[in-house]
Amino acid sequence: MNEPVTVITGTRKGIGRFLAQHYVAAGHRVIGCSRSENDYEDERYEHHCLDVADERAVKDLFRHIRKTHGGVTHLLNNAGIASMNHSLLTPASTVSKLLSTNVLGCFVFCREAAKLMRGKKYGRIVNFSTVAVPYKLEGEAVYVASKAAVEGLTNVLSREFGEFGVTVNTVAPVPIETDLIRAVPEDKIRALIDRQSVKRLGSFEDVANVTDFFLQPESEMVNGQHIYLGGA
Amino acid sequence: MKEELTKLVIQTAKDLGEEAIDNCDDFSAETRLFGDDGLLDSMGLVSLVIAVEQSIEDEYGQVVALADEKALSQSNSPYRTVATLVDYAHSQMPAGD
Repeated sequence: MNEPVTVITGTRKGIGRFLAQHYVAAGHRVIGCSRSENDYEDERYEHHCLDVADERAVKDLFRHIRKTHGGVTHLLNNAGIASMNHSLLTPASTVSKLLSTNVLGCFVFCREAAKLMRGKKYGRIVNFSTVAVPYKLEGEAVYVASKAAVEGLTNVLSREFGEFGVTVNTVAPVPIETDLIRAVPEDKIRALIDRQSVKRLGSFEDVANVTDFFLQPESEMVNGQHIYLGGA
Repeated sequence: MKEELTKLVIQTAKDLGEEAIDNCDDFSAETRLFGDDGLLDSMGLVSLVIAVEQSIEDEYGQVVALADEKALSQSNSPYRTVATLVDYAHSQMPAGD
């Protein structure tokens, strides 16, 4: 196989940034995006500023990828936002924003990537959920709903895309030291970790271990699966 | 313009590698694509629509959506024949009528 082309959303920081560096180091051509500029530079990495829920911008990105790189091998739909608040205190605008980024953004990227992958009869898509889904975490109703939707998308897309050699799976991280959980009180994180069978915070490497598995060519029989870290 | 588009759609369809199209002796603007007596099954149609969208992008630099809600809900499907698909594509192009 030629140099794999790996698209990763939300690469400015956190897990996405780590994965961008991880796959650059593994010899992939990595195309990342985020709403704002990125300070990560590498000759194998290119960055695009866009909102993942902006359908037109996403279509333009994939047109660029098709023309410049001839296709896409992998898509890691990492971009996501969280909202941690009691549902009684959550405005509709927050719901709309979360669903837009986490569900609509994920869908549009899957669709555009699959159009290109289809021609090559090969592709790997990894979507991102959270252990908050199986744990039914209080205070994260909308975030959990959006990620449950991502799992539902994964289930159906895996069947729709499977017939042309594209797998779609989900990795669901446990809390990791990222901006997403920085605002969560220590005791809440502790309570969450106590529910895990592996009782520690997650690491970026834990996530990369799962994405590596999903992306490898030998994983062609692994499709429509959700892997929850920490033994959820 | 429509003549050019017709050629583009026919060439794109022939490049798809769909058996039914390859085996069609006289693949022309009047060939039935989808529906009663159509050459393509639903996945074949999906392939064709995506490929035509990409060909239009490459040839004219215009991004068109040939599978939006409008197309899917039209009582006279734009996917019946090559000619109806060309008409529909033309109507979706910013420079179209």
